[in-house]
Amino acid sequence: MLSDEARGALDRFLTTDPADAGCDQTIALLDAYVEMVAAGQDPERAYPGIAAHLRSCGPCGDDFEGLLRAVLGPESGD
Amino acid sequence: MAGTDRRSTPPDEAADDPPLSVEALTGPGRDAALSRLHAMLLRATRAELARRAPRVGITGPELTDLAHQAADDAVVSILRRLSEFRGESRFTTWAYKFAILEVSSKLGRHFWNRPALALEPEQWEQLPARFGVAPELAAEARDMITVVRAAVDNVLTERQRLVFVALVVHGIPLDALAAKLTTDRNTLYKVMFDARRKIRAELVTKGYLIDPARMVT
Repeated sequence: MLSDEARGALDRFLTTDPADAGCDQTIALLDAYVEMVAAGQDPERAYPGIAAHLRSCGPCGDDFEGLLRAVLGPESGD
Repeated sequence: MAGTDRRSTPPDEAADDPPLSVEALTGPGRDAALSRLHAMLLRATRAELARRAPRVGITGPELTDLAHQAADDAVVSILRRLSEFRGESRFTTWAYKFAILEVSSKLGRHFWNRPALALEPEQWEQLPARFGVAPELAAEARDMITVVRAAVDNVLTERQRLVFVALVVHGIPLDALAAKLTTDRNTLYKVMFDARRKIRAELVTKGYLIDPARMVT
C-alpha cells in the first residue's frame, strides 16, 4: 500500500484544475499578468485561468519568474 | 487596495531617446531603435540564462552564445509580430516576453546535446524519487511503481503514455520533449493534463486515492 506521504504527493500531482488556461493563453497574456504583479495588483482576480495554470505548469512558471525579474530590473535578483 | 508599483525603467528608456515602441521600430529612427531593443533583450537573455544556468549545467562561452542567439531570435520574432502588439502591457514588457520565451526554447533544444539521453529504455525505478519517496524505502517505492505503472498501462493512449514516461518517469523538461517530438509546450501540456486526469480517476477507482466528492468535511 501507498504511504500517506506518497499518496499525498501523487494526489497533488494528478489533481487538475478545470480553470487551467493552458500554455498558449498564458503566454499570450503573460506580459499583462506580470505587469499587474509588478504594479502590486492582484492578477488572480483578472486572470484566474492563468493563475491556475502557473500553479501547475513549471515551464510557464519559470517564464513568469524570468519576465517578472526582467521587468523589475537587476535589483530584483537574489 | 493596490500595492507598490515595483516596475523599473529599462536602462534604454532612461536615455534621451524616445521610448521603444512600435512607432520607434517602424519610423525614421528605426535602426537606432533596433539597436537599443537588441541591447535591452541581450541583457534580459543573459540575466535569465544566468538564473537558469545552475539547473541546466551550461557555463562560459556556451552561455554567452545562447544569450546572443536568444536575443537575436527575439528581435526577429518581435519585428514579425509588431502588428499584434495591443498595448495590454508596456511595449518593453511585451518585448521582454519574447526574450524569455527564446531562452526557454533554446534551453529545450540544448538539453539533447547532453550525451546518453534517450526516451528508451523506460526507467520506472526513478519514479518514486520524483514524488519524494526515498530509495531506501524499497517496499513503498515498489508499491508506487506498481500502482502508477498499472494505471498508465491501463488507461493512457500510446501518445499519453510516451509523454507521461518522458516527463514524469525520466524527468525530461517539457520544452526539451517538445523540441524532440517537434511539437510545442501547449500540446504536450494538454496531453499531460488529460493523462493526469485519467490516471487519477483510475487510482480513485482502484481505491488508492480518495475521490474529493466523497470526502466528508
